[in-house]
Amino acid sequence: MAADEQLIAAGTTPARAPLWRDAKIRSLFYQALTLILLAAGIGYLAYNTVTNLEQRGIASGFRFLEHPTGFGVLFTLIEYSEASTYGRAYIVGIVNTLFVSAIGVVLATILGVTMGVARLSSNWLVAKLATVYVEVVRNIPLLLQILFWYGVFQQLPSLRQSVNFGDAIFINLRGIYLPRPIFESGAEWILAALIVGILATIGMTKWAHRRQDLTGQQFPLFQASVALIVGLPVLAALVTGLPVSFDYPELKGFNFRGGMVILPELMALALALTVYTAAFIAEAVRAGIQAVSRGQTEASYSLGLRPGPTLRLVVFPQALRVILPPLTSQYLNLTKNSSLAPAIAYPDLVHIFAGTVLNQTGQAVECIVLTMAVYFTISLLISAFMNWYNRRIALVER
Amino acid sequence: MTVVHTPAPSLPPPTSEIGVLGWLKHNLFSNWYNSVLSVLAIYLIYLVVPPVITWAIIDSNVLGSSKDDCTGGGACWVLVTHRWQQFLYGFYPAEERWRVNLGIFLGFAALFWVLAEGTPWKKYVTLFLCLGYPFVAFFLFAGGYFGLVEVETNKWGGLYLTLVISGVGISTSLPIGIVLALGRRSDMPVIRMLCVGFIEFIRAVPLITILFMAAIMLPLFLPPGTNFNLLVRVLIGVSLFSAAYMAEVVRAGLQAIPRGQYEGAQALGLNYWKMMGLIILPQALKISIPNIVSSFIGLFKDTTLVLIIGLYDLLNITQLAVTDGKWLGLANEGYFFAGATFWVFCFGMSRYSVYLEHKLHTGH
Repeated sequence: MAADEQLIAAGTTPARAPLWRDAKIRSLFYQALTLILLAAGIGYLAYNTVTNLEQRGIASGFRFLEHPTGFGVLFTLIEYSEASTYGRAYIVGIVNTLFVSAIGVVLATILGVTMGVARLSSNWLVAKLATVYVEVVRNIPLLLQILFWYGVFQQLPSLRQSVNFGDAIFINLRGIYLPRPIFESGAEWILAALIVGILATIGMTKWAHRRQDLTGQQFPLFQASVALIVGLPVLAALVTGLPVSFDYPELKGFNFRGGMVILPELMALALALTVYTAAFIAEAVRAGIQAVSRGQTEASYSLGLRPGPTLRLVVFPQALRVILPPLTSQYLNLTKNSSLAPAIAYPDLVHIFAGTVLNQTGQAVECIVLTMAVYFTISLLISAFMNWYNRRIALVER
Repeated sequence: MTVVHTPAPSLPPPTSEIGVLGWLKHNLFSNWYNSVLSVLAIYLIYLVVPPVITWAIIDSNVLGSSKDDCTGGGACWVLVTHRWQQFLYGFYPAEERWRVNLGIFLGFAALFWVLAEGTPWKKYVTLFLCLGYPFVAFFLFAGGYFGLVEVETNKWGGLYLTLVISGVGISTSLPIGIVLALGRRSDMPVIRMLCVGFIEFIRAVPLITILFMAAIMLPLFLPPGTNFNLLVRVLIGVSLFSAAYMAEVVRAGLQAIPRGQYEGAQALGLNYWKMMGLIILPQALKISIPNIVSSFIGLFKDTTLVLIIGLYDLLNITQLAVTDGKWLGLANEGYFFAGATFWVFCFGMSRYSVYLEHKLHTGH
């Protein structure tokens, strides 16, 4: 500084640093170099790919999505046959992936929160059992657990020796056979009643919260919600004269006819995902609850709240802010982990598209890119939703 | 005349408050629902533990040469004991297995040497582990030089292959992850965007799609006629995948370092690499150790995914054993053994990380 001032005083400008020591120019140079190298690399790889594809006579582009597949799928929730297009098979895969993930997310949340709370239980035995569960499940690869559960379901009795519950439910190594409800005319009223019930519950919740804020009076929200959501459809069913009948599964020859079946592949995958992810959720829940200071619990006790309401009304809402980010990433992990389905041939997106379709068409690049695109989109959507939700429940500070 | 008041001696606490009874009362039967829970828990333990012990130990058969040797009605560990070489080495030729033993032993010995306390010449052993060992291990395992017979990688398998994949993954993902994390926090927008794009892309897709990419798409990217080893492709996939996760772990550590540390280093006249290498990274890595280790554990578990693209790691060897026509019906034994092996490694790593956390907690 002093030297600069002297120089300026002497009427000269300080000598400029040489070009290669100028931070700005150096940074520009490095960035340009990176871009050039990257472009060259991508160009090289793209050139190779095009040459390779030409040599092997593999078509490129997405036209194949309109061609018929010619293969059947073990399990679909939407209409699909061998005459359907590859595009349709893609949708089937996405739906199946989302289906098993949704089941996993709901069940893992229930089990995980239970186990997380149990780990902090004052009951020594319960806490230790939950710890053992978490430590065992967390440290064994998920794929092994999926194969294990699949093996367990394969040890169920054969078709003829099915476990029979009142000729309506059969359990055997092909899955669980359940009666399938058939909706006759008039059944739409039940659906309408269910929707009305849900909407009414949402409205009632808002009204009850406002009333509690204004007057301090509480409203039996839970009981009223159950009455609305379960009661209204039941009432509608009774009024319209029970327009639902059941198609019972029946053993005919070598297979069951009628009814509907929950496949062992689906059960094994959903169960393994649930048990595995729940262990991680339990850890997140435990950490979240422990992050709420002990004073909150004590203050709540001294206000006369019992342990149950204390956990529900005081500790948990505060812990939720800590729990939510890791919980989101566990949901995301669960969705991504559902891609292990090919190991037991549950027809998820990876099994259908990066497996069967890829083998049939040989269009590896397109199939893998399309598969990745789905997971990429799901992750972006979940993180966007969770960011929004996070902001909504974030602490409002002064 | 003064009366000295001598208080009566204190009574012992009631017997229901101390000792075993007291402990039971406080920890298991403090109120009615805790008592119900305890009874349920004891019933659950009674339902699970004795049958499992009977199955796994009391009624089990350990030695033999075929399924018929299992007469106890419990677990048939013959599956494992008869095929233990396959479980450990896969299809590695029997007369060359000493090379695997030596290589793995060298690796673990050097690792323990470095991690243990109070061993001399730590610096040189670390240097050997980082620079020398990879080459030694490569020549030992693959062979083809120095008079060693070449063993193709498709013969590698079992626990050995699991250790190779996770070892390579662990040792490459940390440095790549650190570079990515530094790139993500760089001032240069191009570098930053590239790193963010790479990390977020990899983290958004499942490992299995990356492995498919490595197995199926990578050969398409290379000049026609290049033959590229499947194991090497898988290793590249696994390393890049775990590097993205490692980058996020390291970034969290970097973000936790107060700004004053950066400014202090700059005030001392250190350049970027010296500042990072000497001041910031040592602190950042120290606080991220628990997360780094849990990333390692995740990677170790994820190595099982190579089963889907047809490499014979420990899990796939187990799968092979339990679907073998001569050994059908022994799935529980196979999975139990493989699960226990994975568990020992993962639980060991997590315990070590807890220990390290306590040791390094020099707290302020």
